Amino acid sequence: MSDNSAVKDPFIRVVKRGDMKSGPKICIRIGSVVVSLIVCGILINVITGLNPVAVYVTMFKGAFGSTRRSFATIREMMMLACVAIGLAPAFKMKFWNIGAEGQILIGGIVSAGCMINLNMLPTFPLLIIMFATSAAAGALWALLPAVFKAKWNTNETLFTLMMNYVAIQLTSFFVSKWENPKGSNTVGIINSNTQAGWFPEIFGQKYTLNIILVVTLAILMWVYLKYTKHGYEIAVVGDSENTARYAGISVSKVIIRTMLLSGAVCGIAGFLAVSGASHTISTSTAGGRGFTAIIVAWLAKFNSFYMLLIALLLAFLGSGATEIASKCKLNDYASDMIIGIILFFILASEFFINYRLVFRKHAKEEA
Amino acid sequence: MSETVIELRNVTKTFGSVTSNDHVSMKIEKGEILALLGENGSGKTSLMNMLSGIYFPDEGEIILNGKPVVIRDPRDAYELGIGMVHQHFKLVDVFTASENMILGIDPKAKLDRRKIAAQIKEICDKYGFVIDPDKKVYDMSVSEKQTLEIVKVLYRGADILILDEPTAVLTPQETERLFDVVRNMKKNGKTVIIITHKLHEVLSISDRVAILRRGQYIGTVNTSEATESSLTEMMVGKKVELNIERPVADKKPLLLEVRNLNCINPEGLQVLKDINFDVYGGEILGIAGISGSGQKELLESIAGLQRNEKGSSIIYYQPHSRDESIDGDQLVGKSPREIRDLGIRLSFVPEDRLGMGLVGSMGMTENMMLKDYRSNGHIFTDVKKPRQLAEKIKDELEVVTPGISTPVKNLSGGNVQKVLVGREIAASPTVLMTAYVVRGLDINTSYTIYHLLNEQKKKGSAVIFVGEDLDVMVALCDRIIVLCDGRINGVLEYKPDGDNKDFNKGNIGLMMTKIDYRDTADGGKKDE
Amino acid sequence: MATSLIQLLLGAVAFGTVIMFGCIGEIITEKAGNLNLGVPGIMYLGGIASLASVFIYEGSTDAPNKILCVIIALLSAFIASALGGLVYAFLTITLKANQNVTGLTLTIFGSGVANFFGGSLNTLAGRFEQIAVPVTSSAFKAVTPLSKAGTVGKVLFSYGFMVYLAVITAVITHYFLNHTRRGLNLRTIGENPAAADAAGINVTKNKYLAICIGAGISGFGGVYYVMDYIKGTWANDGSIETLGWLAVALVIFTTWKSINAIWGAYLFGILYWMYLYIPGLTRSSQEIFKMLPYVVTIIVLIVTSLRNSKDKQPPAALGLPYFREER
Repeated sequence: MSDNSAVKDPFIRVVKRGDMKSGPKICIRIGSVVVSLIVCGILINVITGLNPVAVYVTMFKGAFGSTRRSFATIREMMMLACVAIGLAPAFKMKFWNIGAEGQILIGGIVSAGCMINLNMLPTFPLLIIMFATSAAAGALWALLPAVFKAKWNTNETLFTLMMNYVAIQLTSFFVSKWENPKGSNTVGIINSNTQAGWFPEIFGQKYTLNIILVVTLAILMWVYLKYTKHGYEIAVVGDSENTARYAGISVSKVIIRTMLLSGAVCGIAGFLAVSGASHTISTSTAGGRGFTAIIVAWLAKFNSFYMLLIALLLAFLGSGATEIASKCKLNDYASDMIIGIILFFILASEFFINYRLVFRKHAKEEA
Repeated sequence: MSETVIELRNVTKTFGSVTSNDHVSMKIEKGEILALLGENGSGKTSLMNMLSGIYFPDEGEIILNGKPVVIRDPRDAYELGIGMVHQHFKLVDVFTASENMILGIDPKAKLDRRKIAAQIKEICDKYGFVIDPDKKVYDMSVSEKQTLEIVKVLYRGADILILDEPTAVLTPQETERLFDVVRNMKKNGKTVIIITHKLHEVLSISDRVAILRRGQYIGTVNTSEATESSLTEMMVGKKVELNIERPVADKKPLLLEVRNLNCINPEGLQVLKDINFDVYGGEILGIAGISGSGQKELLESIAGLQRNEKGSSIIYYQPHSRDESIDGDQLVGKSPREIRDLGIRLSFVPEDRLGMGLVGSMGMTENMMLKDYRSNGHIFTDVKKPRQLAEKIKDELEVVTPGISTPVKNLSGGNVQKVLVGREIAASPTVLMTAYVVRGLDINTSYTIYHLLNEQKKKGSAVIFVGEDLDVMVALCDRIIVLCDGRINGVLEYKPDGDNKDFNKGNIGLMMTKIDYRDTADGGKKDE
Repeated sequence: MATSLIQLLLGAVAFGTVIMFGCIGEIITEKAGNLNLGVPGIMYLGGIASLASVFIYEGSTDAPNKILCVIIALLSAFIASALGGLVYAFLTITLKANQNVTGLTLTIFGSGVANFFGGSLNTLAGRFEQIAVPVTSSAFKAVTPLSKAGTVGKVLFSYGFMVYLAVITAVITHYFLNHTRRGLNLRTIGENPAAADAAGINVTKNKYLAICIGAGISGFGGVYYVMDYIKGTWANDGSIETLGWLAVALVIFTTWKSINAIWGAYLFGILYWMYLYIPGLTRSSQEIFKMLPYVVTIIVLIVTSLRNSKDKQPPAALGLPYFREER
């Protein structure tokens, strides 16, 4: 090909980076969030005509404008963080548990069932029972795909996904069973008179127990993943199953054990949602958090404290966008749109941490 | 004859901190068979990958028929008439031969399977290949796959063929057949470049030999004027007196007794057939063979990582049990963990360092505890000792790393290997198994590792050394078992004070390729 | 009995058509080696884009042209969905982000955008009535006189044109993937991108194309749902998301063969609506019956993993990023 000689070197080439210092890493990540917030601000401006600064002021007011709102935002953050904490060990093991949605619902169903059927028990033992049974239910829900993955390498992504819908139908089934009042097709607020099985107020706030529970879970999970033998095994299996076998780790045992744990924590999230927040159960109890939490866990690199931070950011955006929407008489799905955009930016920023670009001129200079 | 078809000028390629090719300038002549010779890691494959468009050079020029060309991707290479058969075949398992054949060609044309089959037959007849166009690749043998790859390149009208280590996976008969085909191609005016590190093949097939050493071009000689020793000298630098020690241990306790070892892989092929041998402390037992002859499965069987057939037996005897009547422990059917729990100190440096021996995303410290993180009594991992060990290995083996917490996958190949070997030796094993332990390492690091193995031997451990460089094996090992197609085809033993004229790589080479070697005293050992 | 069977078939075909589009698009994407979990989001994007564009068009003129309505709806849906695919492709191919996470983000984004505009279009346009595009919807639902030709005519011909478009798309996709060289090249990328690269196939370009076109086709599922299934309105009830996930499941059910999507999608439809035709079910036990499509998918998933047949496996490189100079 004679014309080939006229072709120049490729203009940009992608080269893998070695190790990046943590300083620039954090800068890139924060930068990506800032850029995405600016983009969202402009977008909201185009749609609603609000000026971007006013947008964020409104959002901040919506999320933290009053004690009640602050606690609502924090409750939402805790809920999201709880699911992410549950997903972290599974994802660290490279087990794509996208079935958190279903595991939350199952935990929620069991919690609601306890509230309805065991409402004569005193608060404390009832809460303990609800905690334990919802964790067990979530664990069992996760066990099924785990066993098949461990024994026959059945694709867990789609298995857990389908389990979500089975769980949703199961929820519908119980909703119509527990329907109150009849014909409403909802369960209504459970025990609204006795408040049996509701999280008690602590320090005068309804959601203190949510915070205590999730922060405790976050710390425990951090220790579990970082300092225990189990956590070490999870990391080895996640990196290479062959290496795990070489080290004498039983891969299927680790998969099953880790998924039991993952499902249990997601089940607890269902308990939080029912007992600690809505006091009812419906097919939207999980409300997509099972999916959002995957992204939270992934972006936080499974570090509990980053998970709390990202959950806070998303909860803030959620409440903020709801405020904007209600102010402009728009609907609050705007928050999903904004969250999507921000996550796109954060995902994109990872590239610049792992790779660098070499431009043609640049390459010549290096030589 | 001496018309230059390709000229490389100052071609350089680096991967991170590793320079794979350092200002290589060389010429390839039209219609010749050129052998590209060099040790492992000398940059042969990456150099050729730049001709075939897989890699793009950082610097330098490629000149084809007198004109500078830019090869950005394999399509450019094909258009220029350059085709490469990679060592790891680039075939799609679930496609048939003819579907693989036409990948990427003329996407607008019709997919006429019958016509393609006819074209394949034409090429096969011309050069003497046999291919079933409708056979799926997953049903093919290694040699069939290679044939398919070569036909694929010819189908694309390549005039310059690059074959990367084509004989590594072939039996001697298949190798001969391949060489006939290569000679046929030359007759038809093709230029053929064969990447190899096997000297006898170089001498039997090539017209000229180009030599690379540690990324640098050393020179090109006419094969007719070359000898094995002259080529070796160019390949490794100064005329190497392979100065590897072979200390003699005074005690040689029996440590492992392997009997009737059989293994069938998941694809249903029998990869180990009736293997019988003993392993003694204080010796280095070499295992030679064409790659894929069962070496991997043999080591993994001992390590508890393979499922063996009924009747297989591997008995381990504790070295201190003087009383020979004490029963040993059966290793077959036990997991690595169960073996360790018996108090057996078995170390294993597998071929796939990052995929099996180490956890790439973890630092040195965490890799140190891979095998004995369970040893303490509580639920937490203990990092103090592993950290000290990591520091020690870093200092003693001169591991180049930003720090002991840097993920080991970011280290260069040689340093990764040092981490792995260091860890396995630190466990003071009674049996140390290594697979291709110096692959990809430079000469200095290789010698460091040979030295470490000898140290183990002097301590009374048994070292099982799966190798590919026969010169090294002959210099280092006390006994060499030769595997061929999953069987032991012969055993050679070095006698410290006897006649060792049979202990040479020529004999090993013969045994690797199925010629029965019964004439020596050791040859019958397998029948014991 | 016979009428209820016909009713079941009609319902199954309508339901099946939504997921068939989603499934075909995803098969094309997965054949190129990318697992796009953004299908629900893409279907949302397709649905809302078609609705919004014809809403504006119908509002801007007194006599909307039916053919133009259909063209505008399909074109804008295809573009919007392909743009969603483009974002996914850019992140996963060029920026090498994780495919699953990116796909899930696309689903969140798509459902956010669609439900936001679906619920706010009226307010934004300064009108207050329920959003509706009657002209376009009637064009989508138009049937030929053949539908009156007895039972057979009813079962075969009483659907809007998109039902047939879905079947045709499935057949064309099958032909493309299995009987053309471009299709073969595309499948090579999903099986072994290094082999494709070495054979001179442009991996990046083909992946981009496959993902964007696949997304465009998936988006038609959203159009059919909005224009035909719910008659040119909008519902913030999350049905499209459910259907989108079913489409992803259907891909497995078909073992990555688009021709199987035709009967597979209708079968899912039958399973989905079955509860209505089983006598003696209470409202709560109906909910249990609605699990059927998901349970069947799980069973198929398990059976394929147990059988381990080489020809019924997902593309070998599905979900893996490709970087040529990786060492």
